[in-house]
Amino acid sequence: MAKSLKLILEALLFSSDKPLTVKDFHPCLPDAELSDIKSALKVLEHDYEVLDRSFTLKEVAEGYQFRSRSEYGSYILRLLQTTPNRLSRPATETLAIIAYKQPVLRHEIERLRGVDVGGILKTLLEKDLINIMGRKELPGRPLIYGTTKRFLEVFDLKDISSLPKLKEIKDFGAEEYEPSKTSSDNGLDKEIHETDSEGGAAD
Amino acid sequence: MTDNTEYRVKLEIFEGPLDLLLHLIRKNEVDIFDIPISLITDQYLQYLDMMKALNINVAGDFLLMASTLVHIKSRMLLPEQGEDKEEEEDPRTEITRPLLEYLRLKEVAGELSERDMLDRDVFKRHLYGDYISQFEGEEVQLDVNLFQLMDAFKRIVEQRLPDATLIYVADTMTIKDKIAFIIERLRQETTIFFTDLFNESRTLSEFIVTFLALLELVHIGMIRVFQPGPDKDIRLMAHFMDNEENDNG
Repeated sequence: MAKSLKLILEALLFSSDKPLTVKDFHPCLPDAELSDIKSALKVLEHDYEVLDRSFTLKEVAEGYQFRSRSEYGSYILRLLQTTPNRLSRPATETLAIIAYKQPVLRHEIERLRGVDVGGILKTLLEKDLINIMGRKELPGRPLIYGTTKRFLEVFDLKDISSLPKLKEIKDFGAEEYEPSKTSSDNGLDKEIHETDSEGGAAD
Repeated sequence: MTDNTEYRVKLEIFEGPLDLLLHLIRKNEVDIFDIPISLITDQYLQYLDMMKALNINVAGDFLLMASTLVHIKSRMLLPEQGEDKEEEEDPRTEITRPLLEYLRLKEVAGELSERDMLDRDVFKRHLYGDYISQFEGEEVQLDVNLFQLMDAFKRIVEQRLPDATLIYVADTMTIKDKIAFIIERLRQETTIFFTDLFNESRTLSEFIVTFLALLELVHIGMIRVFQPGPDKDIRLMAHFMDNEENDNG
């Protein structure tokens, strides 16, 4: 083979501004086996780690992406003449609820934060950090929110299950905030009924 | 300029009733598992009054929490009924549980924001870069929360106008004027202390106008507010110097 698979993948990653998944490579390399692509990516990731450059190949948002190391951030900001990407504390809290409790309804988020989150949801939607996953089959058909791939990309997460595990605060309210797995749906339904009886399920 | 007396600060209160409760619990240094409900309820209601006096739109959430607190307070006063005391839940659980959930949430959010964040700590390759447009419509960063600001304001009023009552009289100084005044000072000094801001204020209405001007400036992102530590003097910093050309359009 004249050109190594590893270097082709490197060229594709170099020329892309979004994380590339194994599936993204496939149309460019129809003859390559998915498993070969996967292992070549692992080798490439390791290569850059060993090289100890100012950037690395990171596994992020279910794909791979070249990104700078954090210690060079301040220089890059000067080059780009911009302020760092920021998310206010209330927006981060709201995002955290959605990340850990998705699929989640607005009034559930509001129950936890104790305050209206309409404006914040709009901001998060605009920033493409969350999206609307559908509507719950409930009176008023409320919207269901979840996080996006962009969320994973921004917060340096391989996938949603690599969210940091939660520490417990003195065993209190321990049933909340498990990263969403199959069980989360039952929990959601239960809470919906509770809130329904209070007539809180509007919009 | 008479219409300026009708000027209302549309300050978005990101802080909710739970933030206020946590603020009070920290301030009084009380145990979250053993909240002195009478004390906290009284203080909570004082804050609501103050927010109303300052024309800050008090959201329904705050009133709901107020009624919950009063309800808990009344239940605490009732003599315990029946034999099965151990079965009976502490009425305060009704607020302790959401508070703890909220604390945990804050912790999680803190961990999230400490990660290597794209376009803050780490950067990807940028092919068709227009970073500047990407950050427009950015949210206001508030390093001091509303309640800390209100505390500081209350202290100043109490120190300098001990007998003040909250009656608003249309005054010569409008919020617009005061905003221009604060900006001018920050242009000269870059950072000023919160307390110094009120040096030229003589009447309560002037104090309030100054305070509302400050809130508005924070809200539109012209200044940033810092507090080095609890009970330390709050400092204001100009946030318009470096991007003035862009913002003046």
